[in-house]
Amino acid sequence: MTDVPTHLPPMGAVNSWDLSTGVDGPGTRFVVFTQGCPLRCLYCSNPETWHMRGGFRCRADSLVAQARSYVPFIAAAGGGATVSGGEPLLQPRFVSALLHGFKSLGLHTALDTSGFLGARADDHLLAATDLVLLDLKSWDRSLYRRLTSVELDPTLTFARRLGKLGIPIHVRFVLVPGLTDDPANVDGVAAFTASLGSVERVDVLPLHKLALAKYEKLGIPYPVADTPTPSREQVDDVRERFAAVGLNVV
Amino acid sequence: MTALTQDQGTRVEAWDGFQGEAWRDTIDVRAFIQANYTPYTGDSSFLAGPTARTTALWDRLRAMFPVERERGIYDVDSHTPAGITAHAPGYIDREHELIVGLQTDAPLKRAIMPYGGWRLVAKSLEAYGVESDPRVAEIFTKYRKTHNDGVFDAYTPRIRAARAAGIITGLPDAYGRGRIIGDYRRVALYGVDRLIQAKYAEKAELDERWADEDTIRLREELAEQISALRELKEMAASYGYDISGPAGTAREAIQWLYFGYLAAVKEQNGAAMSLGRTSTFLDVYLERDLASGLHSEESAQELIDDFVIKLRIVRFLRTPEYDQLFSGDPTWVTESIGGMGEDGRTLVTRTSFRFLQTLYNLGPAPEPNLTVFWSARLPQGFKEFCAQVSIDTSSIQYESDELMRPKTGDDTAIACCVSAMTVGRQMQFFAARANLAKALLYAINGGRDETTGETVAEGFAPITAEYLDHAELDAALDRMMDWLAETYVHALNVIHYMHDKYAYERMEMALHDRDVERTLGCGIAGLAVAADSLSAAKYARVKVIRDETGLAVDYEIQGQYPAYGNNDERADAIAVGLVERFMTKVREYPAYRNARHTQSVLTITSNVVYGHLTGNTPDGRRAGQPFSPGANPMNGRDGHGLVAAAMSVAKLPYEQAEDGISLTATITPGGLGRTEADRVRNLAGILDGYVASGGFHMNVNVLDRATLEDAMEHPENYPQLTVRVSGYAVNFTRLTREQQLDVISRTFHESP
Ligand code: SF4
Repeated sequence: MTDVPTHLPPMGAVNSWDLSTGVDGPGTRFVVFTQGCPLRCLYCSNPETWHMRGGFRCRADSLVAQARSYVPFIAAAGGGATVSGGEPLLQPRFVSALLHGFKSLGLHTALDTSGFLGARADDHLLAATDLVLLDLKSWDRSLYRRLTSVELDPTLTFARRLGKLGIPIHVRFVLVPGLTDDPANVDGVAAFTASLGSVERVDVLPLHKLALAKYEKLGIPYPVADTPTPSREQVDDVRERFAAVGLNVV
Repeated sequence: MTALTQDQGTRVEAWDGFQGEAWRDTIDVRAFIQANYTPYTGDSSFLAGPTARTTALWDRLRAMFPVERERGIYDVDSHTPAGITAHAPGYIDREHELIVGLQTDAPLKRAIMPYGGWRLVAKSLEAYGVESDPRVAEIFTKYRKTHNDGVFDAYTPRIRAARAAGIITGLPDAYGRGRIIGDYRRVALYGVDRLIQAKYAEKAELDERWADEDTIRLREELAEQISALRELKEMAASYGYDISGPAGTAREAIQWLYFGYLAAVKEQNGAAMSLGRTSTFLDVYLERDLASGLHSEESAQELIDDFVIKLRIVRFLRTPEYDQLFSGDPTWVTESIGGMGEDGRTLVTRTSFRFLQTLYNLGPAPEPNLTVFWSARLPQGFKEFCAQVSIDTSSIQYESDELMRPKTGDDTAIACCVSAMTVGRQMQFFAARANLAKALLYAINGGRDETTGETVAEGFAPITAEYLDHAELDAALDRMMDWLAETYVHALNVIHYMHDKYAYERMEMALHDRDVERTLGCGIAGLAVAADSLSAAKYARVKVIRDETGLAVDYEIQGQYPAYGNNDERADAIAVGLVERFMTKVREYPAYRNARHTQSVLTITSNVVYGHLTGNTPDGRRAGQPFSPGANPMNGRDGHGLVAAAMSVAKLPYEQAEDGISLTATITPGGLGRTEADRVRNLAGILDGYVASGGFHMNVNVLDRATLEDAMEHPENYPQLTVRVSGYAVNFTRLTREQQLDVISRTFHESP
């Protein structure tokens, strides 16, 4: 386990913090990118966050203090705070402290996760989570494994749990031609998403390859380097499939 | 002369239906607006597109722009020194213009304005391959002294040296100072006769005052103002309009107001010839005409479109170097829109929307410089329309209504980029700016210039330590700032004395109260460089590299330092301290005509030129590399996104920089959200957040890098691509290549 003993203040491995607008949940948000991820998604845009040792160690309360100075701005602008990664749930105690800290500032909170480590998110952590940005990368189990190198089921279990708890979810589906675009796969994700009950929005994200330079810098192969980005029509078609089951899709 | 045309019979009816009393007996446009305007809290769905007439008229001009761009100017009248009545009436397409009047007798034909300085006129003509008229040259070199001549008669060697070295730059000593906004609305509301009468009354009050220099000057100025008003009437008459009485309709109100403005730009080549705050005033007339059925939404919009076409083609003859300093061909026809009234009602009207709508009807353009006064309390529909227009055109700048209103009231307008003033009651002595980054290098080098090795500031010892010591550097900078402030204010006093004497803005001042408040609008450039340099000396180790003469020419930074622009108190406090300190020092030197000292943190696009003039700096910036624009953090050093950068800028105290603090933000569309609706809401939110945090000004560009790069390669495909730079919008394809690269290299805030 990477977590430190409970009598010490929560600390975690962090890649960076940032303020972003409209991309890490609604509005303008203070975003902490945690370091470390057990998945190896073929199209990952943040390979620099994979290994825990790549980041810097930081106390949760110091990040919360950092966020505090933005509260008036965010309160006026609309938005909140997001914990993203990497995979935040690799460090559940730290993330829980962050979310609770942000809540204590009156900020709306979001957790951006693949869901694979959802079991590590205890009810206390989820009690401080206003929104989950959940990556549903595929419905097909073997495809999911190929895409991410891990199993699909933990994510589905986590999603159902969120649905039961009534925690709002924004689902993200990355459209990768030749991988995730099979209609049966899309329809499977859509049907499951619709069954959860607390999904407020689905973002269909066309594959982009902006991370190429990062892979080159890290000296690792970029698996989607030669994959085409989807056409406007393909994206629209997938959006329609989500819309067809009654979801709010953008 | 043609028969005078009038929309309605007699002028007696001009005020029919208007409410309120306070504005009737005294000249008080604000009181008129307050008593008569109709706030609009809805959305943009009522707006109308361009009529075929508008499009045809605009296309006619557009066809002339490529020639102008290629040649630098379209045409010039080199024989006629400009004046309100100097040129015969001019038209774009006489039959089809709703609002008439041009600076000369033909569109895009520039006039010569030699009162500022003959040399500049001669140089400009030469640059465009036009011969000067020997007769005019003789007049302005032999018989008539100019502003420029006067200034150089009274400059000291110290000022000349500071000016030549570029530690003080952009001084309005050879060109018109500008930044004076005539209250052009007065022409429409009262008619010129009433204004002349009021000026006579103001003058008569001085008859018993003792003949000291101030009184004599003021009397002469009032006499000048009165003749300008008479010439204004004459000029309007040459277009077939009798503007001695008040305007009776919306079309007349726009026409009268525009004649007032036109008279000013016929005579003065001011650096910024701003329009004021006209949209809500004009809305009163448009509402009245809409109610009486004289206008439909389409024809109301058509009038505004026509007016804006006129504002888009204001031209001055300037040298290519001037254009390089300021990028393109700026006139700063700034129009201030929106805001909240002191009584809590919004000042947004339908015509506020109509002005912004011109960016769709005519396409994006840098002029007029549309400036929205932002408040969290603005109606949501207006906020979202502004955000939408910004996203679509990158042609709007925003200023905090909440910071300005308590100081200059709810009839404030912006002159130039960020200079707030009460319309008709306040004017500014424009003072360009001092280069703080260079001052820091002078502090290190004991007053020697780092690029030439020559001593510019006499009597200072250089810093000789191998590594910069923060305390020593800070103390040396403090002393150098004293020297700079003194030299600077001294130069400004000379300039404005001479400007009043030789190139007095009689038309603009005729549309002011007699006893205006004057500010001395000083400014600083290189704030981020200076702050980061001090931060480097404090938090990292900075080794000084000197040449054989002992001149510090480069710096080696060991370790990391916190940079201004990351909402990091350590660096931001240094920037705040510099702003406060320089303001305090400037205030120590009395200003000409008792002007109140203010300062701006603004560079427009001259950040590129200032960078050229400044050697390597201790923050790691290389010699010649552009400064960041205005109060922006240095390019690429703001690592936590736009909001963190904006928060740093918002910490700079407005009370110590009342002439404005400029932030230029470039955001990619994706950096605002995934859907159009998200982007609009989120941009409006960012502006709310910035104003709530005490931010003053934000230029908003919503552009992606690829578009700009493509525009560099294929300018012909982007004739109307507009980019906001510090306080001002420019046509991207008119920037020099270097400036284009500077814009592209600036931090883009994109989604990760
Ligand atoms: S879960 Fe996210 S961070 Fe981890 S590999 Fe996949 S895309 Fe990258």
